[in-house]
Amino acid sequence: MADFSAKFYANFIKDDRWLGLVTGLKVTIIVTLEALFLGVIIGFLIAIVRSYHDKTGKFKILNALSRVYLTVIRGTPTMIQILIMYLVVFGSSSMDSIIIGGIAFGINSGAYVAEIIRSGIMSIPEGQTEAGRSLGLNYSQTMWLIIVPQAFKNVLPALVNEMIVLIKETAIIGYIGEQDLTKAAMIIQSRTFDAFMPLLAAAVIYLALVMLLTFFMNKLERRLRSNER
Amino acid sequence: MSANQNVNQETLIEVKNLRKSFGKNEVLTGITTEIRRGEVVVIIGPSGSGKSTFLRSLNLLEPPTEGTILFEGVNITDPKTDIDLHRQKMGMVFQHFNLFPHKTILENITLAPVVLKKMTKEEADTKAKELLERVGLLDKADTYPEQLSGGQKQRIAIVRSLAMDPDVMLFDEPTSALDPEMVGEVLELMKQLARDGMTMAVVTHEMGFAKEVATRVVFMDEGQIKEEGTPEEFFGCPKDERLKEFLSKIL
Repeated sequence: MADFSAKFYANFIKDDRWLGLVTGLKVTIIVTLEALFLGVIIGFLIAIVRSYHDKTGKFKILNALSRVYLTVIRGTPTMIQILIMYLVVFGSSSMDSIIIGGIAFGINSGAYVAEIIRSGIMSIPEGQTEAGRSLGLNYSQTMWLIIVPQAFKNVLPALVNEMIVLIKETAIIGYIGEQDLTKAAMIIQSRTFDAFMPLLAAAVIYLALVMLLTFFMNKLERRLRSNER
Repeated sequence: MSANQNVNQETLIEVKNLRKSFGKNEVLTGITTEIRRGEVVVIIGPSGSGKSTFLRSLNLLEPPTEGTILFEGVNITDPKTDIDLHRQKMGMVFQHFNLFPHKTILENITLAPVVLKKMTKEEADTKAKELLERVGLLDKADTYPEQLSGGQKQRIAIVRSLAMDPDVMLFDEPTSALDPEMVGEVLELMKQLARDGMTMAVVTHEMGFAKEVATRVVFMDEGQIKEEGTPEEFFGCPKDERLKEFLSKIL
């Protein structure tokens, strides 16, 4: 027990080392939010392009571009994408790596979100579109007011899944010099030569973050569902 | 035959040489006909005869491959025509109701009139409640479609279309997905509409409805109109061989 408190002291209290974890957590949250925001926008646009093309045959070029995007992003490691973004695309720019990371993760996540949303749109029966159109609503009114709200409800669990993956995946941002939660734990380890304590602490914080997210999303889901009963 | 007296000479929908193909399969092989204001046209025919496709092409839910449709004098098959504008005047009722499950009954009815700026929210609510009162479903205004029976859903679907004040109502097998004991309430509402002078085109298998309400019955087979006439002529002395055979099977 004395050993444990000594270790706890060395890893977290001494030199205010816990502050590193707090700053790291902030970075993790900021990058996740950036990526989430960008990912949902990209994903939504791509999903609309793809389903509009499937239905009408229009948007040929945009659809082809979307498919290339999906293939490349889903077919290459996130790590490589981050490094390319940092070292090549923004290699000569002085942009903050927390922004570059957010963009890279956002572009990555967008590909997965796009397919999730597209599957949601496809899950809504054709009759819903026909009912909307037959009343005189145009394509986008029908999409926004009738299809998307129902689709969103259907894909919420899959979207939460993607958000959870995203939170944890941001751990690799340490590779482009950003001190996120994982990196902060590794920095403590490099000072104290104790790996267990800081890594456990980081793991517990990730877990808490994910549990918090899941809790609120479950609440949202229940609220959306209760509408139907 | 009370509906007869509502018919006047004004042509509401004029269909010229309408054709529709799905790939190599030609479903409509040239249809020319017209629907006058106040008419109740009942379209019957064996499955695969193209009757639903014909009805659905009238508001371009199925865009025709060839031919023209004039609605209130406007060529709606012209790509330059804003079809959304004309669809506001053509109500449609589907076999599977297609109510919006995420909206309350009241919202289902008021959505289109409000979004399309035909009415304010208050006006739309008032009108919706009037219509609900008329079909005896006012107490369902704040419930969701899931809580209704099939017959109630279909009556709401009809009300939803009526809320747009259409000039014509298209019915695509409105009672085919209903339990037998619920067919009556929907047909009753449709008869009431016909008596009030609504122009209607109805694809159905309900011969009783055709005999009682139709001003004209149309028999379709192989993507064409094979015979048409008043219910008396049509059921009394059918001429087309295929129609005779069809009637002998279902009557």
